[in-house]
Amino acid sequence: MSRRVLITGVGAVTPLGVGAARLLERWAAGECGIEEGVGRCDEYRPEEVLDKKEIRRMDRFVQLAIGACEEALEQAGWKDGAPVEPERVGCIVGTGIGGLGSLEHEHVTLLENGAKKVSALAVPLMMANAGTAGLAMRYGLRGPAFSTVSACAAGADALGTAARMIRAGDADAMVAGGAEATLTPLATAAFRRMGATSESGISRPFDRRRDGFVMGEGAALLVLESEESAQARGAEPLGELLGYGASSDAYHLTAPEPTGSGAARAIERALEDAGVRPTDIDYVNAHGTSTPLNDRSETDALKAALGDDRAHEVPVSSTKSAIGHLLGAAGAVEAVATLLALRERVVPPTVGWEERDEGLDLDYVPGGSRPLETGNGRAVAISDSFGFGGHNAVLVLAA
Amino acid sequence: MPATVTTDKVEQTIVSALAELGPERDEITRDATFEQLDIDSLDLVEVAQVIEEEFGVEIKGEEAEKLNTVGDAIDLVVAKAS
Repeated sequence: MSRRVLITGVGAVTPLGVGAARLLERWAAGECGIEEGVGRCDEYRPEEVLDKKEIRRMDRFVQLAIGACEEALEQAGWKDGAPVEPERVGCIVGTGIGGLGSLEHEHVTLLENGAKKVSALAVPLMMANAGTAGLAMRYGLRGPAFSTVSACAAGADALGTAARMIRAGDADAMVAGGAEATLTPLATAAFRRMGATSESGISRPFDRRRDGFVMGEGAALLVLESEESAQARGAEPLGELLGYGASSDAYHLTAPEPTGSGAARAIERALEDAGVRPTDIDYVNAHGTSTPLNDRSETDALKAALGDDRAHEVPVSSTKSAIGHLLGAAGAVEAVATLLALRERVVPPTVGWEERDEGLDLDYVPGGSRPLETGNGRAVAISDSFGFGGHNAVLVLAA
Repeated sequence: MPATVTTDKVEQTIVSALAELGPERDEITRDATFEQLDIDSLDLVEVAQVIEEEFGVEIKGEEAEKLNTVGDAIDLVVAKAS
């Protein structure tokens, strides 16, 4: 059996709008979806996709996942049901926190009105696996299904794990990605208290003036298929998930290991898994959160993993400059943006990057997008995702 | 104090509560089954919360399990309230 994992559908709901193509188009044009210091999915109308009952039974993070999944399945040609045995299709939706908005709402009800007023739907609304459960039920996916929870690496871990399951023969296809909707009072206050979020409300990764990340919400889902499955039904692949590498810093609850050694190890493993060398990498989609610590340690990690020369040659940009930090959805949204950028042979910019910081001396693609140069027939990129807890997950994508 | 319990009042309350949960108002007749209305045990807990608030009548889990139609629920509430 082939070890290739093909991508046959992608979908995204982000602060830049509804649709994967719209995300790349607007980002590549240098647009930013952040308003008043947050990245909301204002364009998404759940009622256009879901009926009243479904909306009541889904936290916003699940509603966002459904929006993205509709697009991904349509693109994969799955709109009228999976063309492969449903028992052979799995589902993994990563999330950082899960249904936090529902949890906060029910907690207020509990405190103000008592235990008897708590909704019977509270648990299924707030549970972190609600995204996976919602998609599996709605689309009849009967293979292995669970969620990955690794903070801001969850979306990338979902995709990497899904690819591994296809390679291992656990499933012929996987619907995988990430979703997050934590623009809630508690999460906003908590991230602010720990000094993680930007006081200026501006997401400017790798810029000297960066002062923290800007919270965003959204979702992205991808349809991954074994090469045999895609070929058997004549599906036209959009690209390929070549490799996945993960590691743990085992260093600090929230801060990255300062030299980036854990992140570098994840990048190296991903390259090895993909069977590519640093010189094959045409583009790096950085984690690039706009926090002082991440952007420095990630820069050092890229130098360590790709080698100083290659790290300085390859363009590095951060999707978070255009949409903010989508936490557990980030890895999936950024994988979609990366894949489409490879397909379009475009390197989107780090929007708003202007001032160089000492030691942060890579090519962060300032000013605007540019054509993506590739030495051979296919374009290859890595997409970094690093989460609180020291979780590092890196994907290698090709198109 | 709970409102005066009449069959009409109970019916109104239950129909409104069910309409909040998904089904169209004109589908919600006395003879409609909860299965037809796609109302499951989780939904019935929500309806029971509204009933308790309005009429001070508590519907227990085992009582709710036996309810098949909207009419069954109305009759149970009226019986328990009187």
